[in-house]
Amino acid sequence: MRNLIAFPLLILAILLQTSIFNQVRLLSGSADALLLILGAWALQDRVESAWRWAALACLLASFVSHLSWFIYALGYGGVAILAQTLQRRVWQAPLLAMFSVVLLGTIAMHVLTYAFLQITGTPIIFTDALGLVILPSLLLNMLFAIPIHAFMRDLARWVYPPEEYA
Amino acid sequence: MNSRSLQTTIVFLVVGGILALTLGGYLGGASNQFNSSIIEAQNWLSARYRGFQEFMTTPRDAAALRAENEKLTEEISRLQTQLIEMQQRVNETDILAALVDFSRANPESSYKAASVIGRDPSPFLHYIIINRGSSDEIRRGMPVVTNQGLIGRVDAVIADAARVQLITDPASSVNVYLKNAETNAMLLGSVTGDIALDMISQDATVEAGDLILTSGLGGGYPADLIVGQVATLRSLEFELFQQATVQPAVDFTRLQIVLVITNFRPVDIAPLEP
Repeated sequence: MRNLIAFPLLILAILLQTSIFNQVRLLSGSADALLLILGAWALQDRVESAWRWAALACLLASFVSHLSWFIYALGYGGVAILAQTLQRRVWQAPLLAMFSVVLLGTIAMHVLTYAFLQITGTPIIFTDALGLVILPSLLLNMLFAIPIHAFMRDLARWVYPPEEYA
Repeated sequence: MNSRSLQTTIVFLVVGGILALTLGGYLGGASNQFNSSIIEAQNWLSARYRGFQEFMTTPRDAAALRAENEKLTEEISRLQTQLIEMQQRVNETDILAALVDFSRANPESSYKAASVIGRDPSPFLHYIIINRGSSDEIRRGMPVVTNQGLIGRVDAVIADAARVQLITDPASSVNVYLKNAETNAMLLGSVTGDIALDMISQDATVEAGDLILTSGLGGGYPADLIVGQVATLRSLEFELFQQATVQPAVDFTRLQIVLVITNFRPVDIAPLEP
């Protein structure tokens, strides 16, 4: 039942993504609120429902976007798995883990998107994609990673109060 | 006359004498000195009294001023909100007026106005989401314009919303016609949102500033919709075609209200293609 918080939060995230985050452009790149929220949530202690969040994020994003659903499924699913793996290994440095997830997750997501668009016949020059979309998006994601990680940590403490798990 | 009366008389005479001398101007220097000392003393006293009075009354005034300040601040924020709302309405009215002018100038098409409510989450794609869908007779493939020119076509529709592929999308290609050069070309989008012309015949004489209109070829868009102007031309002898960069007629970063051309049905020519 606690995971129901994912619905309002991710719906709000997709609304913010389509209306605000996409307007905050650095060259042609933009931040990915869903990826950041998902990564930050999966990195929290005691959270074992990250894959459900990934599935919901994939559903919402593929509903709005022209991009195929399996790109989001692979991308967000990968982020959730990566975050949970890192959370077990580098739990003493949560921000380092967050940055690692954002770095690898953003690159993986954009490389998948690029590959998909190339396969489906959309001509995009790789150097343009790298310099104008992938790297600026990565930088924006890194910038937004810190506040979103702090917010998700507080949310996780609220959803899973520490005293219940002491 | 006793001694007490004598003393009083002497005092009166002395004071009267001094007064007379003063009034007569005989004691000018001493009088000025005296006056200025008195005035300075009065100033000092008055300033101290004012300070004391302010000190005593300030707490009451500060509370009243604070309350009034809060009230005025609230009023200012309310008026600022109202001003922003009004400015938005004025902007919307201006846009709508321009769109009405456009639809009046092009009566052959029927239009449905829609607000832009979002953009595709992926930075690789250039799609917008509008607040009209199948319940408003919007169908896939319908062209979308503003009063300035073509912006794209409807790509997907649900009941109350639709997704529009912009002509700046890297997967978009539009058959266009260069009016001055009287030749056809293909308009292509890119990941950066810039648009460019390709497939311009080497025989065509194209110049910067040439107007670009949709040609209607391929059946994807109606003819004669304004797209933009040629910005720079790239013509190399060893290439099959010339290319050009385009200055779009529409500012794609500031799309607010758009018009969907509802009486245009795109023709799917895929079965005819070899």
